[in-house]
Amino acid sequence: MSVVGLEGVGKTFAGGVRALEEIDLAIEPGEFVSLIGPSGCGKSTLLRIIGDLVEPSEGTVVVNGKSAHQARLDRDYGIVFQDAVLYDWRTVSKNIALPLEMLRWDRTRRATRVREMLELVELTAFGDHHPWQLSGGMQQRVSIARALSFDPALLLMDEPFGALDEMTRERLNMELLRIWERSGSTIVFVTHSIPEAVFLSTRVVVMSARPGRVAGIVDVDLPQPRGAETREQPRFFELVTSVRDRLRAGGIDETGQEVSEADLYVAEEQL
Amino acid sequence: MAVVAGLWALYEAYKWFGATVGLTRPFEVNERTMPHLHDVVAQLFEPSRTNGPMLIEVLAEAAVFTAKEALAGFVLGASIGFTIGVVLHHSKLLQRGFLPYIVASQTVPILAVAPMVVVWLGGNGAPGWVSVAVIAAYLTFFPVTINTLRGLQSADPRALELMRSYAASGWATLWKVKVPASLPFLFAAFKVSATASVVGAIIGELPSSIPDGLGGAIINFNQYYSTSPESLWATNLIASLLGIGFFLAVALAERLVVRRAPEHVA
Repeated sequence: MSVVGLEGVGKTFAGGVRALEEIDLAIEPGEFVSLIGPSGCGKSTLLRIIGDLVEPSEGTVVVNGKSAHQARLDRDYGIVFQDAVLYDWRTVSKNIALPLEMLRWDRTRRATRVREMLELVELTAFGDHHPWQLSGGMQQRVSIARALSFDPALLLMDEPFGALDEMTRERLNMELLRIWERSGSTIVFVTHSIPEAVFLSTRVVVMSARPGRVAGIVDVDLPQPRGAETREQPRFFELVTSVRDRLRAGGIDETGQEVSEADLYVAEEQL
Repeated sequence: MAVVAGLWALYEAYKWFGATVGLTRPFEVNERTMPHLHDVVAQLFEPSRTNGPMLIEVLAEAAVFTAKEALAGFVLGASIGFTIGVVLHHSKLLQRGFLPYIVASQTVPILAVAPMVVVWLGGNGAPGWVSVAVIAAYLTFFPVTINTLRGLQSADPRALELMRSYAASGWATLWKVKVPASLPFLFAAFKVSATASVVGAIIGELPSSIPDGLGGAIINFNQYYSTSPESLWATNLIASLLGIGFFLAVALAERLVVRRAPEHVA
């Protein structure tokens, strides 16, 4: 059974902006799938449709064998945004415990889980700190710990490392792969970065410009577990080129204008 | 401290200048209109009447009495103000319907409302301090309502999206995100309201004919102003110290309660 099943999903925003069209996609358990595409191709919107945070205009969305709405009510997924979105007034530990409070876990069970999560993201010494006392990379690790704290089957990530510097980003990429291997969860990952998508994913879904369509899917057959040397393998570069070619092919929007390479890295405006 | 000394010097310098030059505008400067500040302070330690307790003891008792009324009024007003704010936050319709009247309520002078409250509540046998607390609450609730509305809207939209992803109830979202996010706004309102509640309590004592508070003391010493202006000045001094005390109590509570990045603390 697929963790995520999208059939004929489309989205038109109020005001007539056509963001997504005819999206068919099935994501299997344990997969790491990246969504990549030019600015405004609706990949963040697609992620939110999977999470039932945005309603699709047409098509069906099935998450964990039920409707996306029911999956949200059952807390079947955790989500990580580009910014950590931590609550300033809560300590790191209490931020991680937030979803557990929603699930009405008792205090001791919460404390045990928070400790495990702090270990997972290697922040054991920072449980009593407040978010603003942490670096951007550390904050994002807290945000990941919070999203995984209640063992969701699915982890949705919306450009989680987009605001971080290159060094931190590469380190967190490694850490995310380690967490993914350990937790066994399924990850849907939105990114602007081709190398990041190829390095992390088992499959890369390339999307075309507005309205967003699936322009192609690249299977990433790089061996697991991946490490620093993965980025130096000839196959890695072949795959990066393959994703880039598909982006180019799909990068013609309705006005016939080609979306420039630079645009791919421009922060996508929130639709 | 330097500011207090500076203001003191400014006051005395104006008094000296006015008396020497013989200023008559905006008012004639003499011992009656502007008593020496050291005389005002000294007056606190004089007997309030022959063989009676010192003035400061009388005023301290009055201040404690007024403080209780003001505190009751503040707690009542802040609770009502917060509740109205929360209710209006959840209904745009109620907000559009009621907000103008809430604003209008504050344009009615408190001196006009106070006697009515006293008649309404006093007629039912409520003790005088209850009427005073209600009058203080009338001045208190408004800033709290307005800032509650503003504060609840200040929550980060993504923080709300996150709560939605947890299928959080409206109640959980209110208490775990919106209210904590509104705290800096709430405390700004509490600071305004805390001093307003003291003013409200003092004013409320006048139509209630309550002699035990600072309002009563002001009425009393007003009558003796021509012979002993220092007593009224001293009463004003104590009244303002009470207001400052209320303000500082709120500021202290804010430091204990509001945990924010240093740059976000107002």
